[in-house]
Amino acid sequence: MLFDWIQAGSTVVAAFLASTVEFIEALTVVLAVGTVRGWRGTLLGSGAAVGVLLLVVALLGSALTRIPLDAIRVVVGTLLLLFGLRWLHKAILRGAGVIARHDEAKIYTREQQALRGMTGNADGWDKVAFALAFKSVLLEGTEVVFIVLALAAGGAGLLWPASIGALAALAVVGLLGFAIHRPLSRIPENTLKFVVGVLLSAFGTFWTGEGLGVLWPGGDWAIGGLVAGYLIVACVAVALCRQRFGAVSHARMGNES
Amino acid sequence: MSGAKAILKKVFRLFVDDAFLAVAVLFWLIVVWLLLPWILVPATWRGVTLFLGLAILLLGSVLLRVRKH
Repeated sequence: MLFDWIQAGSTVVAAFLASTVEFIEALTVVLAVGTVRGWRGTLLGSGAAVGVLLLVVALLGSALTRIPLDAIRVVVGTLLLLFGLRWLHKAILRGAGVIARHDEAKIYTREQQALRGMTGNADGWDKVAFALAFKSVLLEGTEVVFIVLALAAGGAGLLWPASIGALAALAVVGLLGFAIHRPLSRIPENTLKFVVGVLLSAFGTFWTGEGLGVLWPGGDWAIGGLVAGYLIVACVAVALCRQRFGAVSHARMGNES
Repeated sequence: MSGAKAILKKVFRLFVDDAFLAVAVLFWLIVVWLLLPWILVPATWRGVTLFLGLAILLLGSVLLRVRKH
């Protein structure tokens, strides 16, 4: 019973953090569309996209429960592993300064400028606002749907904890966006992505391993060990990349001068 | 049509950003699945080996990216 709580609790936390990152990105575009084009079409577009995403989770989620757990753990665990390592790979490069950090305030301004150049009815029913908000929420939400389904595939009864985590993220980001009417640029999104990358990589490794017949020392507690392991590796990688990137940049500057 | 294409592209890019990392991870999973039991590595050590291999691949892929940058 204790182990069920470990899996359920860690699933809620992972789904909440990962979904928060995606909802922050969607909120930036929704706010930009709403402030420039008006709120009616924007909110209807966002609501319609959330409805489509909930339907997909409900349909695929119930289908997942009918597939044998070991088979699904290998397939979904591998996808989750690729997904998590991709996030962690990018987060390491961002942390080391090799690629640019995600800046919601900058994206918000850029979106607003692009929207101001568009023609069409900005009062009342606005098809442009509906389409842009719908597309943005649907695209970012696709990642949330995958995260929820992948985390749910880790064990029986995990669809609810994963869904609760994602819905809580939607509520928190939505309420914050409604309250401050600005992109949530103060939330350390890059740090959040780093943490989520570590968590998803650990879950992906654990479930893929289980599906491949690996016996994890300590059973479900091994998830904690994997989280610690990936955290150490990622921190070492940031330090090494920073050092190498600094040396490469320095050498290039020397060659150019 | 362009919306569906954007979603499909997004779904693909959920998993593959660095082709080297994606292919190497899949290769390592096959090694852990097929080769380790064949060379009689105990099941409890396979988990540690799986993690260590993935950690090395992650480290290698980011360092390779820095070199290419």
